Amino acid sequence: MRMILRDLWRNKVLLAMMAPALLILLVNNYIPMFGVILAFKNYDYAGGILGSPWAGFSNFKFLFSSTDAWIITRNTVLYNVAFIIINLVLGVTFAILLNEIRSKFLSKLYQSAMFLPYFLSFVVVAYLAYSFLSPELGVLNKFILPWLGLEPRAWYTEAEYWPYILVLVNTWKGIGYFSIIYLAAIIGLDTEYYEAAKMDGANKWQQIVKITVPLLMPVMVIMTLLQIGKIFYSEFGLFYQTPRDVGMIYSTTNVIDTYVYRALMNLGDIGMASAAGLYQSVVGFVLILIANQIVRKYDKDSSLF
Amino acid sequence: MNKLDRGLHPAVRFLVHVFFILYVAACIIPLILVFMVSLTEEKTLIANGYSLFPSQLSFDAYSYLFADFDGVVRAYGVTVFVTVVGTIVSLWFTSMFAYGLSRKSFQYRGFFAFVLLFTMLFNGGLVPWYILYSSVLNLTDTIWILIIPLLIVPFHVILMRTFFTLSVPDAIIESAKIDGAGEFRTFFAMIIPISLPVFATIGLFNTLLYWNDWFLSMVFITDERLVSLQYLMYKVMANIQYLQSNSELTASGQAGTILRDMPNESIRMAMVILGMGPILVAYPFFQKYFVKGLTVGAIKG
Repeated sequence: MRMILRDLWRNKVLLAMMAPALLILLVNNYIPMFGVILAFKNYDYAGGILGSPWAGFSNFKFLFSSTDAWIITRNTVLYNVAFIIINLVLGVTFAILLNEIRSKFLSKLYQSAMFLPYFLSFVVVAYLAYSFLSPELGVLNKFILPWLGLEPRAWYTEAEYWPYILVLVNTWKGIGYFSIIYLAAIIGLDTEYYEAAKMDGANKWQQIVKITVPLLMPVMVIMTLLQIGKIFYSEFGLFYQTPRDVGMIYSTTNVIDTYVYRALMNLGDIGMASAAGLYQSVVGFVLILIANQIVRKYDKDSSLF
Repeated sequence: MNKLDRGLHPAVRFLVHVFFILYVAACIIPLILVFMVSLTEEKTLIANGYSLFPSQLSFDAYSYLFADFDGVVRAYGVTVFVTVVGTIVSLWFTSMFAYGLSRKSFQYRGFFAFVLLFTMLFNGGLVPWYILYSSVLNLTDTIWILIIPLLIVPFHVILMRTFFTLSVPDAIIESAKIDGAGEFRTFFAMIIPISLPVFATIGLFNTLLYWNDWFLSMVFITDERLVSLQYLMYKVMANIQYLQSNSELTASGQAGTILRDMPNESIRMAMVILGMGPILVAYPFFQKYFVKGLTVGAIKG
């Protein structure tokens, strides 16, 4: 103990430098962790977190006996699986194609344009989506569908279209990011492999399939595992702003994050919101541990811990 | 990449360019569309829908927004303040924490690294977090609630630590110590000047994070004076939607008058242009550093 105190004292200046960040982590991350007991309580404002009566597992029973639990879990996981596959396949494809572009100027231009959506807030993205999807005025209903000879559709009230819309929006916003990560990795590859392959008469396609993709494998695996670790979480903005919080399409747009938010803010059902939040945290925790173990096995330097 | 390479077959190359030009169009056209809608005369809009090529231009939406200048300027003020203060304080907290984690002579860096990483693994969820800030710390409807929760992003700390570990030689710190410089002195006089790229990168990440945030406002702000730009945009969208969907309101009374007089559709899009404007102007600068920053992050460390 005295040793520890002496060490701490010797590092007092460094510790003082680190203190503000530690304080933020304590308030923003650690104290709320103890709040998970709310999931086992009947919260009342007078009693607060500690004073409220215990509820056992009734919050969980209520949550899992509703159809919501199944729908939000299914939506969260399926959307994430779709995102992971698309980010991987399209990200790598875009990166490989970008790398083949000889004109520096055009390559930069394409990259800049593709990366632009990544910089926009989801409020803006929701507006952009609305300019296409608005039932009365949107470009789709007003121009594109008539041009194709199709009937206009009430996009914001028909649930069946939303899996496609949300996947499209997510891809549009995020693919520039993934492409650039993979492009950076490709640029960093050793050129000797390619020179050797060309000596042996390998064509472009063979080079891509036999060299680029295998050498990219570590980055692809790590990027994918990182996303698998987050498979129980969703980008709140995508699922809240883009569908504009329309109740009729919750069956395909509601995910755990939006469910917890609505249970808390709209219904004021603190018990159930906490239960759903804890369900998400615990399953998320387990998934991250598993993903991390796999990363560790594969590439020790890239694992989280 | 390699000089021997004669590149793609011309036909394939042509297709690749066509593909990218189409994709670039898909990225940019929505923005141009919104801009054109914001400049379209309201009646034309209602009659013809949103169009890239409006038949009747008008600046009504902007003059309407500028007539209610107070609201917009205030939101701009809130967002600029939060962005500037948040970015600076966040850089300060993040870099000092990362510096401590990067010091090999610091015995407890493993412990503190774990303290940081554990927050990426497990969290208490939205509810306890919300109750802590709103009921315990009473930060609802203060400007600080828009800043504090975003100050430490673990990923940013890791990026900075990696940068310090890789590019600040121990010899520099040792020699500064021998010359009698304390930790603070070393940090400000030696570390910051040679770490400007990573400071720029994280600074830009932070700027974007604070500028684009609407969630904190939505959850914690009810006071009109503390509404941020993104949240104002969200409210404009939500309110018009609300008024429109309540036809009784629209038919009579005050809401009806407001709705009739307002170039609703173009105003929405004018709001978006105002909200996006600074980001679009700064974008080329941003983009360069982001790519660099992401590449730094991709290096194993």
